[in-house]
Amino acid sequence: MTADPASPVRTLKCVVWDLDDTLWEGVLLEGGGARLRPGVTEVLRALDERGILHSVASRNDPDAALDALRRLGVADYFLHPQIGWGAKSTSVEAVAKALNIGLDAIAFVDDDAFEREEVGFRLPQVRCIDAAEAADLAGRPEFTPEVVTADARRRRLMYRAESQRQAVQERFDGPAEEFLATLDMRLVIAEAGPDDLRRAEELTVRTHQLNTTGRTYSMAELDAFRGSPDHRLYVMRLEDRFGPYGTIGLTLLEQDGADWTIRLLLMSCRVMSRGVGGVVITFLRRLARDAGARLLAEFVPNGRNRMMYVTYRFHGFSETARDGETRLLECDLSDVPPYPDHLRVDTPGGR
Amino acid sequence: MDDVRPRVREFLARYIRGWEVADDEDIFAAGHVNSLFIMQLVLFVENELGREVRDEDLVLANFSSVDAIAALVAGRPEAVGG
Repeated sequence: MTADPASPVRTLKCVVWDLDDTLWEGVLLEGGGARLRPGVTEVLRALDERGILHSVASRNDPDAALDALRRLGVADYFLHPQIGWGAKSTSVEAVAKALNIGLDAIAFVDDDAFEREEVGFRLPQVRCIDAAEAADLAGRPEFTPEVVTADARRRRLMYRAESQRQAVQERFDGPAEEFLATLDMRLVIAEAGPDDLRRAEELTVRTHQLNTTGRTYSMAELDAFRGSPDHRLYVMRLEDRFGPYGTIGLTLLEQDGADWTIRLLLMSCRVMSRGVGGVVITFLRRLARDAGARLLAEFVPNGRNRMMYVTYRFHGFSETARDGETRLLECDLSDVPPYPDHLRVDTPGGR
Repeated sequence: MDDVRPRVREFLARYIRGWEVADDEDIFAAGHVNSLFIMQLVLFVENELGREVRDEDLVLANFSSVDAIAALVAGRPEAVGG
């Protein structure tokens, strides 16, 4: 999430819950755990819908505690639950690592002052909250993002899909191309809508490696491109048999008469090995060819994005000029390849 | 000079399903080029085979078969592009 200078409160990304006397009433191993504490169900759901994740740090018998979460109908909310007999600070750190988020984006909720002290002492960046305040979390500003994107609403599913995907990939023994073919991927290329702008802005700011020019645009600028007759702004979404990856790419095409220029083409590093960049270039080549336009592209090296230059070069582009740091490329549209077999492509106008 | 072909074949087998093509056959005959694969191929040529890949070497024809890669490493690239 990009920090918003206008808002003094940073939105947290994950709540790590204690179980006994915090998430549920009583102590499981003493016969408790039959009911969630009042207001907890509503908080779990409300935060989940805002894209804030939930996890668990509990001293308990793992099987018994997971059974109880299932019985209570809330097990699906929790990613990477840490249930065992170690220190809570260790559990919170494990959650941060598994979700790949910073400790300063985590809240820890526990009824026991000792546990809050222990976590607060070892991990001062973590926000420690007394379970007595748990029912009110949804009303607090640090759990209230300014905008909730479609990707945020699906965040839990995306994380779950990603961990299943990684587990399968680690076990897969064979050529990389064969693994891709097993994923049953579907790529959607679509004109950016108003709901896409927040994520599009975030991608321009956060993506460096798979980014052709590194230009960053505000939501307002991106919205202006959406309405401009001389520009096309496309987003890319990817999903596979494990679930959605969310919005993983963006491209800005400037159409100056019959001279079309790719001002920006970027992809999230999460899909680096999925062969998406080449597919998007193939889409743009078809679009330009069918319109009788020339297809040009700019590339600005940043020391980390050579892969994008190589991608252009191996998709029919050759360099025609340099203007300072910027390199100008032009594409040969005489021999545009078909889309690859390893994914299905859904494009505007079916191109 | 050492024949780099066995190492190139071994590298390609890690990425490509049912890798059984002849040394002069086109790796990219299917028409699709995965960017990560092509980047790994470029880095393989640079780091493992010790041949710097310059911008003008970045032409598909120089990487499209075991023979083409061997020629590039030997300093006789098939194509030079702008």
